[in-house]
Amino acid sequence: MAKVLMKGNEAIAEAAIQAGCRYFFGYPITPQNEIPAYMAKKLPKIGGTFIQAESEVSAINMVYGASGAGARVMTSSSSPGISLKQEGISYIAGAELPCMIVNIVRGGPGLGSIQPAQSDYFQATKGGGHGDYHMVVLAPATLQEAVNLVMEGFDIADQYRNPVMLLGDGMLGQMMEPVEFSAYEGRDLPPKTWATTGYDGSRQRNIINSLYIDPKALEEHVQKIYEKYKAIERDEVKVECYNCEGAEIIVAAYGTTSRIVKKVISMAKAEGIDVGLIRPITLWPFPYSTFSEWADREHVKAFLSVEMSMGQMVEDVRLGVDGKRPVYFYGRTGGMVPHPDAILEEIKRIRGDV
Amino acid sequence: MHEEIIMAGFGGQGVMSMGQLLAYAGMLEDKEVSWLPSYGPEMRGGTANCSVIVSDDLVASPIVTDATAAIIMNKPSLGKFQDVVIPGGSLFVNSSLVDEKCGREDIDIYYIPANDVADEIGNSRVANMVMLGAYIKKTDIVTPDSVINSLKEVLGPSKAHLIPINEEALKKGAEFI
Repeated sequence: MAKVLMKGNEAIAEAAIQAGCRYFFGYPITPQNEIPAYMAKKLPKIGGTFIQAESEVSAINMVYGASGAGARVMTSSSSPGISLKQEGISYIAGAELPCMIVNIVRGGPGLGSIQPAQSDYFQATKGGGHGDYHMVVLAPATLQEAVNLVMEGFDIADQYRNPVMLLGDGMLGQMMEPVEFSAYEGRDLPPKTWATTGYDGSRQRNIINSLYIDPKALEEHVQKIYEKYKAIERDEVKVECYNCEGAEIIVAAYGTTSRIVKKVISMAKAEGIDVGLIRPITLWPFPYSTFSEWADREHVKAFLSVEMSMGQMVEDVRLGVDGKRPVYFYGRTGGMVPHPDAILEEIKRIRGDV
Repeated sequence: MHEEIIMAGFGGQGVMSMGQLLAYAGMLEDKEVSWLPSYGPEMRGGTANCSVIVSDDLVASPIVTDATAAIIMNKPSLGKFQDVVIPGGSLFVNSSLVDEKCGREDIDIYYIPANDVADEIGNSRVANMVMLGAYIKKTDIVTPDSVINSLKEVLGPSKAHLIPINEEALKKGAEFI
């Protein structure tokens, strides 16, 4: 298929439809409104259902219901709305239900701003809701990657029976870029024998539930889920290493920030400074071993995490580097976007230190 | 070839659609493109701007910090964006609405009475296309044909009658270069 020029939010919505998503439940919030708008327009025409719920809490519980019935289902929101969904997300993880949750992050805390931010990293990767659980968190840097990750994300969700989050930001949602929708091959997925599709006596009753009142039973249930997480950590890590060979300083950045860093890398090169980029594409599972391996290289003197936050991913970078090299942080927050000159300045300052 | 353009004006002046058309035209010519809007609580009559990158190479950051050109549709935008243009770049000012001059001597400046030209050819709403016509003539970044082909895609058959006046506006704009 030919390339089309699309807004990020619309590309994400179209990718979901092409991946077989037929149910969308949401509530409006800037800067992701084009996703529900697109779904509202398209889904009824192809036999799907769009519902604008009365609240985010309601929307995420509709996702629980549709997923329990075996449907491919998605919801989207932006930071404050995602906070409201946390209870439902925890229940979805506890009941082992697959679904896609899109967070087009804006500045926080509180109602915050509507400009791009990455300050929901902790919420996305370290829980957000209560209890022992993880979501798979996918962080695209380009619209084409967003399209590809949405499609694969639905398969990851189904394969592991676990919620998957696409973590973008206002810039990714609002910008336009050419994208191509090539037919997605898809993974071999097991049939959803667990879904509550109506009991007719031909199989055991299926029960979807996250209440395990007996602590021993709950511990066993959580341990079973964590076996699944081990497999995800082993098989699903995605990371891009860019210009790392020979680099003195390696920058860690994800999503739109990584694009700004790529510009900084070419600016640094022009001044004779070798800078690399490690770009986690999955934020959970995090590519710890990639950081560990580059930290072992003689030529790498330091790491710098650049984020649109006050420093969240930097904690995972430190775990990966494991004390082998110093790890620095540079960030802007509240909807402010780091300027390439400021990042380059920071790199030069670190070079003076190490 | 690597062009980074800022387009700015009032909401309703077609600033966003001018940027989208340029990005679309670049894509039709197999170039790498991105379009990034300022977004916020904006409305008709408020200020609006967008950043477009058209390049032979993959677009790294879609944010324009060093513009090779700026298209200024109204007075507040001149003050805001005239210094963003790199030395050797170009500035296109809609002199129908901007009575100020830019004092810089290290860039090429074109004053184009885009609203007057658009009124002359019969529709004040094509002032943006007059400016775009001047810009693509100066930079050769895309052909007028590609812009028109993009417009045909965007407008669809029901608005095909608007193509000739847009074509005319591009031509009139080019005459100022």
